[in-house]
Amino acid sequence: MGKTTEIMIAGFGGQGILFSGKVIAYAGLMNNKEVSWLPSYGPEMRGGTANCHIIISDEPVGSPIIVNPDVLIVMNKPSLEKFENAVKPGGVIIIDSTLIDRKVTRDDVTVKYVDATQIAMDNNSPKLANMVIIGAMLKATGVMTLDEIKKGVEKSTPASKAHLVDSNMGLISAGYNG
Amino acid sequence: MEKVFERPKALCNVPLHYCPGCTHGIVHRLVAEVMDELDITGDTIGVAPVGCSVFAYNYFECDMHEASHGRAPAVATGIKRVHNDKIVFTYQGDGDLAAIGTAETVHAAARGENITIIFINNAIYGMTGGQMAPTSLAGQITQTTPYGRNPKTQGYPIRMAEMLSTLDGARYIERVAVDSIKNIKAAKAAIKKAFTLQMQGEGFTMVEVLSSCPTNWGLSPVEALEWLRANMIPHYPLGVYCDKKLEG
Amino acid sequence: MSDKVLMKGNEAIAEAAIQAGCRYFFGYPITPQTEVAAYMAKKMPKIGGVFLQAESEVSAINMVYGAAGAGARVMTSSSSPGISLKQEGISYIAGANLPCVIINIVRGGPGLGGIQPAQSDYFQATKGGGHGDYHLVVFAPASIQEMVDLTSNAFDVADKYRTPVMIIGDGMLGQMMEPVTFQSKETASLPEKPWATTGTKGKREHNIINSLYLNPEDLEKNILERQERYNTIKANEVRYEAVGVEDADYVLVAYGMTARIAKNAMATLRKQGIKVGLIRPITLWPFPTEIFEKTAKTAKAFLSVEMSMGQMVEDVRLAVNGACPVHFYGRTGGMVPTPDEIINEVKKIGGVL
Repeated sequence: MGKTTEIMIAGFGGQGILFSGKVIAYAGLMNNKEVSWLPSYGPEMRGGTANCHIIISDEPVGSPIIVNPDVLIVMNKPSLEKFENAVKPGGVIIIDSTLIDRKVTRDDVTVKYVDATQIAMDNNSPKLANMVIIGAMLKATGVMTLDEIKKGVEKSTPASKAHLVDSNMGLISAGYNG
Repeated sequence: MEKVFERPKALCNVPLHYCPGCTHGIVHRLVAEVMDELDITGDTIGVAPVGCSVFAYNYFECDMHEASHGRAPAVATGIKRVHNDKIVFTYQGDGDLAAIGTAETVHAAARGENITIIFINNAIYGMTGGQMAPTSLAGQITQTTPYGRNPKTQGYPIRMAEMLSTLDGARYIERVAVDSIKNIKAAKAAIKKAFTLQMQGEGFTMVEVLSSCPTNWGLSPVEALEWLRANMIPHYPLGVYCDKKLEG
Repeated sequence: MSDKVLMKGNEAIAEAAIQAGCRYFFGYPITPQTEVAAYMAKKMPKIGGVFLQAESEVSAINMVYGAAGAGARVMTSSSSPGISLKQEGISYIAGANLPCVIINIVRGGPGLGGIQPAQSDYFQATKGGGHGDYHLVVFAPASIQEMVDLTSNAFDVADKYRTPVMIIGDGMLGQMMEPVTFQSKETASLPEKPWATTGTKGKREHNIINSLYLNPEDLEKNILERQERYNTIKANEVRYEAVGVEDADYVLVAYGMTARIAKNAMATLRKQGIKVGLIRPITLWPFPTEIFEKTAKTAKAFLSVEMSMGQMVEDVRLAVNGACPVHFYGRTGGMVPTPDEIINEVKKIGGVL
């Protein structure tokens, strides 16, 4: 049996939830994994809650819907309320502690608190908290390396915005090392 | 002996199914004569409607496409977008164009779609047996307005030429009638102008033709033409409503 | 290095259509398929194609009718309520024997319903939808790659049999991204269409695109002729995937996204020692009847799993023809069955629960 990692990212629309998912999915693809990326869609994308499901696997992906994620990344409190208990026992929860003022109540999961939004603001990139939190997730899960995620950043960034690759990678590193 | 009158080449050599005294035959002939004179039959694609002229596809020698009720301008749009070097026209009645197909008509004009619409306005639904049309006059008795069309409950007749002329996409719109030799000549000139403008890529053109329906009006052919003159022309004045060079 | 790209299902369909030689797209915005139109709006003007946002779905399908009659490879896309509006035009297109491709990215209904994924348009797609004696060929992809491959194939099937072809997906397939590759298809010379309205040039009789036959003998003849083509389609174009059915006691039946969920359930059940198989119809019409007849000889029961209140299950029952019990499990209104729900149903049927 190959390895399959199910990652759920949730937060507000506008936080770059879907884009960070795309970076992870593309990184998986560029590293010859099978991947799927499933967004929530509809009016809630604009300012309401947004989430996406990313599956990275050594085998063809079955259902792209994640019921019980291995990894949960949350960037707002409502999403933590909603998905905390869905995480598999032994799974990992990554929390943007700038925006979420409570702790995870479960003790059967690994939790990483990262001041993602604060770190992004300190780096003059308040909109890139989503990159910081990817870095934190890589460190906590080892699902892929910084070099591997870089390929995903490069592929997800349109040619017209290629100059953003370095700043995105800078924030991912900040999250990884933070 | 010199031949002074013959069937236009663009008109198929088949008997038309129209009632005696119906003016569809005249308008068919005018369209066919224009095709002959412009020598475009081999490059023209016509769209027939649902209504009395549903069989128009059997009467013109050019390629023809039968549309569903009201959708002829959409069908013509599809054809024209594929063959923009061809001349594309629709031939529609008042129910088809001004009731069920109002949206298609308005938006083809708004897009400045480079097609020509021949609009037969005879103020009644002919094929289904004489019901109220969107262009039936106030007070007009039809099968579905047996006490006369009452605008308060059955609405007012729509003046399509005037309405469409307000649209920036409309290039040329004229209302004509086929009640007299003089008017028939003017009608032919209008149809020819519309086709010619289309050939020049000028945009949306429509010729509204006031026509008679002796059968469903319950009049003789001659009385019907008189009724058209006395009642329709005052409500639907003849003339050019729009003839503007489009920007850009 | 992989030449795969991540694409949303809706965009992948649009790109696949363009690569299949489709140069005409007429549509009207509706969630969750709008990306098809957006992609076409961006691409078509750059390759000499036409994208036109019509004033309604009704107009859009009639523009398709005109363009198909004029001989073009043409497509429209919509989602459930919009597909309902298109039914009149679809009936005319079928009646006039014209090829085209119609995409339905299904959402919950009836009425305005919702915008979340559903499979409740199965009846509409496979049993007619519009009026009259006709069928659509209906493809139901389950992955983005399959959306690409079937879209390409849909144009060929449409042209070959002069029939409208529908690709039915759901909101999830339209919105999700997966890696895809595009087979660089030789821009194969498109088939001759001597029946199309291209202008007679004075060199042939006029062509007439039409579905009106007032004489019943003529109409019946026309329908029977089409029926012959349907029979050929049934013989040549049936597609399905069957996994683990040879030794299966219980056979799941599901199409599209639901089949992937069922596959997850199947894997879990197999691990637990319950012999489960899966039949995934890829053509919903024609329905892959033969594999059911074959499997029904050895299976104990079938379970049709759908995002509806039970539509495909009727075709499963017809195909199984009483040989063994056919059960149904579905979620609807935008709700999606989970693998656990399917596992429970199988266990109930097997008497394990």
